[in-house]
Order: sequence, then C-alpha cells, then structure tokens
Amino acid sequence: MFQKISFKLIFAVGLAAILIISIFAYLNIRSQQQVLLAEVERHANQLSETVKSSTRYDMLLNNRPHILKIVQQIGDDPALKDIRIMNKEGSITYSADTSQIGHVLDKKAQACYVCHAENQPLEKLPISNRTRVFRVHPDSARVFGIINPIYNEPSCWTADCHAHSRTQTVLGVLDVVISLKNIDAQIASAKFKMLLLALIAILALSGIIWFFVKNWVDKPVNALVAATRQVASGNLNYSIENVGSDELGALARSFNNMTQKLSEARLQLVQSDKMASLGRLAAGVAHEINNPLTGILTYSSFLLKRAKDNPELKEDLEVIVRETKRSREIVKGLLDFARQSVPKKTKVDIREVLERALHVIENQLSLKQVKIVKQFENDLPRITADANQVQQVFINLIENGADAMADRGGTITLSAAAIRLAPFGILQVKKAACPKGHDLIDPGFKIDGLPSIRLKAASNGEEGFIHLHPVYGKPAHHYGVAIHKKSKLTLSCPRCNISLLEEGKTCPSCGSAVYALEVPSQGKLTGCTNKDCAWQYWETAEREGKKEYVEIKVADSGCGIPRENLEKIFEPFFSTKGQKGTGLGLAVVWGIIDNHGGRISVESEPGKGTTFTLRLPAEKG
Amino acid sequence: MKKQTDILVIDDEPVVLDAVVKLCSAEGFQVDAAVHALEGLKKIAQSSYRLIVCDIMMPDMDGFQFLERLAEKHIATPVIITTGYSTVENAVKSLYLGAIDFLAKPFTVEELLSTVRRGMKYQELSQSFNAAARERNDLYPVYVPCPPSYYRLGYTGWVNVESDGSVKTGLSDLFIKTLGGIRRIEFFEREEEIVQGNVCARVETEDQLIHNVLAPISGKILNFNETLSQNCALVEKDPYFRGWLYTVLPSDLEYELKHLTPCSSDRL
Repeated sequence: MFQKISFKLIFAVGLAAILIISIFAYLNIRSQQQVLLAEVERHANQLSETVKSSTRYDMLLNNRPHILKIVQQIGDDPALKDIRIMNKEGSITYSADTSQIGHVLDKKAQACYVCHAENQPLEKLPISNRTRVFRVHPDSARVFGIINPIYNEPSCWTADCHAHSRTQTVLGVLDVVISLKNIDAQIASAKFKMLLLALIAILALSGIIWFFVKNWVDKPVNALVAATRQVASGNLNYSIENVGSDELGALARSFNNMTQKLSEARLQLVQSDKMASLGRLAAGVAHEINNPLTGILTYSSFLLKRAKDNPELKEDLEVIVRETKRSREIVKGLLDFARQSVPKKTKVDIREVLERALHVIENQLSLKQVKIVKQFENDLPRITADANQVQQVFINLIENGADAMADRGGTITLSAAAIRLAPFGILQVKKAACPKGHDLIDPGFKIDGLPSIRLKAASNGEEGFIHLHPVYGKPAHHYGVAIHKKSKLTLSCPRCNISLLEEGKTCPSCGSAVYALEVPSQGKLTGCTNKDCAWQYWETAEREGKKEYVEIKVADSGCGIPRENLEKIFEPFFSTKGQKGTGLGLAVVWGIIDNHGGRISVESEPGKGTTFTLRLPAEKG
Repeated sequence: MKKQTDILVIDDEPVVLDAVVKLCSAEGFQVDAAVHALEGLKKIAQSSYRLIVCDIMMPDMDGFQFLERLAEKHIATPVIITTGYSTVENAVKSLYLGAIDFLAKPFTVEELLSTVRRGMKYQELSQSFNAAARERNDLYPVYVPCPPSYYRLGYTGWVNVESDGSVKTGLSDLFIKTLGGIRRIEFFEREEEIVQGNVCARVETEDQLIHNVLAPISGKILNFNETLSQNCALVEKDPYFRGWLYTVLPSDLEYELKHLTPCSSDRL
C-alpha cells in the first residue's frame, strides 16, 4: 500500500500542501491579529481621549461625584473591562468598579510598569508603549489596556480648587482596559477555518491525485503487468487493448509489437522444431512399425493366396491384408510429410553458393556502401550440402556484417580455403553412452553451445556431476564436484550407476585415473579424469586421420560484438537490432551448419569488426 | 566349386527374415538367412548366391555400406534392397549404389515374389549376357541399352528431358525382359503426383504377377501413353521411343537428376 505510486504522490503533494497552507495561514492570521489589535488600540485610545476630555471640565471644577459618574457610565459598556483614573501616588481615585477606589497600585503593576520601570518616571510616552495585552487571571480572556497620562496645564493650577501645584508635569493616569474576548474568538475561528481549509485541500488533492493516478497510471500499469504475466506463462497472442496516447500507451504499444514479433518468431521456431521432431518420430515409427507390419502383411497375403478355395477364410484374410495396406499408407504419409524438412543435399561448389548469395543481396550492399573483398582458393573441394540452406547462411552472415556498419559503409571480406584438420580438438562427440547403453549426452547443459556429456562423480564424500566438453580433445570440462587427488574417485553413469572408470589404466600424460565412454557404432572414447589434463583418446576418430574441411570466413569491419554478448549470439531470440530483428538469424545459421556436420565460431573486437569462421566437411576423394 | 544357393536374405528383424525365408522357400527357392550384413558377407564368401535381399537399417553395417562393400569386392550378385524407412532418398540412393530393385516394407507376398522373380531373371540375363560376350567376343544384344541422352533409375526406368521442359519416362529394355510377357499396364491418372522412387504404375505379366514400377522422377502426370493400354506389346518392341509411359511436369528436376545414372556412362 505504501509502495504504491498513488500513495507516494498523495504523500508528497499532501506534504507540500500542508507546508504551503501552514505558511499561508501563519502569515494570514498574524496580519489579521495585527490589524485587529491596531483597531482595538485606536478604539481604546479614542475612548480614553473621550473620557479625558469629557471629564476635563469637571476636573477643573473638582466635581468629583460627576467625574465618577461619567467614568462609571462609560464603564458600563460590556466591551470595557475597566476604566480608572489614578493620581500621581498610584491611588485609584475614580473607577468604574467602585470597590477599587482608594486602592494604591504597586509601581510594578501592569499599568504602571511602563513608566516606572526606571527610577525616574517617564513623562512622555509613545502610543505603542502606553498599551499592553495581558490576562488578569491565567484562565481568563486576554485584555487590552491603554494608559493615558493626564498632564498638568495652566488651567489646572489656576483653578479654584488649587488641587495641583504648578511644578507637577503629570497629574495622574487614565487607564482603560478593553476585553479582547471577541478578537480572540475571531482569531481562533480564523485559525480553525484555516485548519479546515488545509484539511479539505489535502483531502481534495488526494482524491484528485488518486483518481487520475488510478486512471492514467494504475490501470495501464496493471494492464501491462497482466500482459507480462500472460506472456510469461506462454500466451504470446495476448495484446493490450485501449492503449492511450501517453508514455504508458507508447510502452503498451511497444509491448504489443514485441509480443507479436515474438509470437511470429516462436511460430517459426516451433514450426521448424516440430518438423524436426516429427521427422525423427516418423523415422522411428516407420522403422519400428514397418517391420512388424511386414510380418503381418507377408503372412496374411501368403495365407490369402493359399485360401483361394475357402471363401469364408478368404474374406477374413482380405480384411487383414486390406487394413495392413492401409496402415502402410498411413506410415508412408507420415514419412512423406516429415521429408519436407530434410535438407536436400547435393555436392556443391562453395564458391558458386557464395557468389549466388552475394548476387541476391548485391543491391542492399551497394546501398549501404559495403565493399566486398573475395579471397577464394582455386582448388576447393566440393562439399555435400543443401545449396539453398547454405546460401541462406551466407546471406544471414553478410547481412549481419552490413548491419554492423550502420551507414558508414565498410568492407566485408569473404574467404574460402581448404584445410586439413586432425580430429583432436575439432570433432564433436554427438553420441555417448555407458556400457549399458544409457545416453550420457545432456542437452540441458551446453558448453560452447554444444550439449555436454554428463557423468556422475563422487570423491571425498562429495557427489556431483562432471560435464565433459563434447569436442574431442577440448579440455574445457565443467566439474561440478571437487576431485581430491588423494581420495578415491568414482565415476559412473547417472542412470544406472555403472562405473565408467577404466580399471588398471592410467593417463599416459599425468597418471590419473581414466574414464571410458561408448560412442555408439564409433568405438570407445577414453580420457583423463584430471581437470587440468587434456588427454583424450578416440581410436575410431584417430584411425580416420586428418579430415578435409572447407573453411569460410566472413569478416566485417563493423562495430564488433561486446565480449559478454559473444556467447549468446547463437541463442534463439538474442538480438541487438531491437525491433528490426527477430533474434533468430544466427540461431538458424547455427542449426544449418550443425545439420551439415560443420562448426561455426566467432571472433570479435569491439570497434574493429567481427569474423565468423565456418568449417564444413569436404567430400571425400 | 562353391555351393550354389538361390537367395540370401539379410535382415536384423527376425519376423521379416522368417517371413521372407518361408515365402521364398514355398515358391521353391533355396534360401539362406543372415541377421546382419557382416554375417551376410561371410556367407557370400563361403557360397555363391543368385540373388540377395538386404535391409538398410542394421547395426554395425547398413545396407548402403553393404552395397559399397560388394562393389569393392566385385561381387556382381544382384541385390534387392528393402527398408522400413522407405524414403525417396533411401530408394534412390540404393539404386544409385547398384541395387537392382527397391522394395518398401511392409510388402505383400505378391510384391515380394514379383520382385524376387525379376531379380532371378535379371541374374539369368546378365549371366547369359556375360557368357555371350565371352563366347563371341562381341556385345551380343541380349537387351538394348537406353539412348545416351537418357537418364536411368537403377536399371528399371528411364527419363528423357524434352525440349518443352517436361520429361518423358518409360521402362528400360532390361526391366521389360525381366518381367516376361506383359499382359496389362495399369497407369496412374492424369494430374496425379508421382514421387521419384515410389510406385508410379503396375504391370501384370503372363504369370499373373503384379509388378510395381518405380517412378524415376517426381512431378505431375501430364499424359500417359494410351496406345499402350490397347497394345502393350509395343513397350516390348520399342521401349525407348514409342513405348513411353508418361509425360511428366517435373517438380525438382535438377536435384533429382543428380541421383540418376546417365545412360551415356553405360557405353564404354
């Protein structure tokens, strides 16, 4: 839940909203508070001036009851908390609250403190210093007080009462205290409204974000996830519908495109695979079923021939013969169908095939400014091959080379030469079995792209598998278990556990134990069990001696292949051409060359170019 | 003088071996059996046979290797190849390698016996041919070889490429001689596809046997020789020209011609 994009977005936007709204609210409430207080201050000041001026006459007359009356009348206003006049000694002379009259205020009291903070009381005060905000009691509402000094004037000391002497500057102080209850309530309500606004804003933003994320992100992403699941489970015909025009829509379209391409490619691959396995099946079925059918058909037709005088028997036998013939046609149909995938091999001149391949893609090459350099030996032996398939191989390789040059152009060098190679290090062991005939080839574990030979090994209490490199004489075996020199090694068939070690024989090069495998109808293959020793011996292959091959090299001056990709390029579906390729070209090349008993290898230097080397066995004699 | 036996059967499948031995014995032939090619070669070294019937798929040495070995040893005994894996390639390859006939498994007793009879006849003809050659010191025409521009599938049928791209096919004189008297020829229909090495016609002979004719080339039948339906003796009189069987639109001529023997190579 917290990992969802919608939640993260809501969280981030909510946080931003809270920050913005709180800064806004703080500034807003502060300025509002200031405006309200200024208003109160103005009002209080005015009020105190009013009081002062309305009592002025009575003061000159020293009409004390009248003054008190005015003070009390004004003090009746509920908004006024208090209104009082103190004389110079701090004694309250008039007050709306009569109980306070006669009280002497401490100079530290709220109202007095401003002027009496220093030893010498201040005589003139700016308005800001005459006001104060305080609480009478910690639980009570705030109040706003303003003091207004009553200054001595000539009329005061010339008045008849002679209450004040001429030397005095300040005769007393008028103190007006106004309750801030309303203002506080206003501010509190403003704060509450702000909080409410913030909450509503966050909720609304969350809602909007949630809605749009759900529609614009969640839905297409879920559709994509569902589609990848479908594809992962093997349904390549799945396509995402109702894709939008935004980035996710583009992703979905590209995904649809990819699955479609994959499905086409898989169809091709499955098709060729199906044909190949059907071919094998048909061959097996034909051979296995046709023999028993021969028994049935010969005997039944023989009986039919002898049963000419027995109509009843004849009729039954005719059924057997007829139905057996029908079975024969079914098997034949199967064989005919399977035959379509079998390469039609003839003796071909490899130079002719190369020239024909070049002819097919001539235009394409000249468009890309690719120069072809031909280095063909003159007396090349012929090879047995399906010319069309081999031509396809060259077309694929040359096209790949041209594609690797982008638009810069470059050179592709084609060379063909006859070579003679000893079987050691060249010949692939395609079949291997234990003495009981169990197949040891493991197509699930490939070394250099070839199915390896799997043996079960146990040494020093550890058990595991050894995968031998299938090329005779290649030491790149894969040991899944550590072999300890001192402890006894057992090596056996993974199926029946029969030992594969050759008793009483040791490796002529390092003295380790020696294994022996049957290569069906091609003798025995022996080799050294030591991981670091390359000794192997295959009598049948050695007896045949050096074999003649035609080696064809296709070298381009293109961008090369990074090291990490070199091993993968022959895998089906591996492509560096993005949407342009199916990733099957080189897999098909591999399949064809393998079908012709040949080998293909690749060398590449990034930035300099790639060379494919093909070896096809030459025709004998 | 080596012991003379009529037929040697080589097959790794006991059922087939027993059946062939039994049926041929019932026809009055002396039959010997071997379960693999090496044993067959051993038997051939010990006694002489008039005809060999051999399977293709066998352990150690297959039928093709067996044919090659016979050729190396200059043993002229005619060989009939049989196989359960009766692909065109196998049929054509065995005829190319010198087998006189190809018999797809499973076969009926009639198919087996007609093929064996032809084989026997072939052996007689080639012996009298050799004898005639030895006696007279010239090539007495026991049979007429096919014209040099023709191609042949084994010794059975011929193909001639016409100027319009179609091909004519027919039966070789030697094949007709091994048949004996032809009573009737059963053609396939026009427009039907025939496949090289597979049956393309049936010939009924005076001895009431039905012989399968293998197609020397694949393609669509354009026409068949209707005059042969009325007068099948024509094929015996003029097998290479007026006695043709089919005109065929070939499907893969260039590839298939490589597996046929050019008749020009017969005239040394």
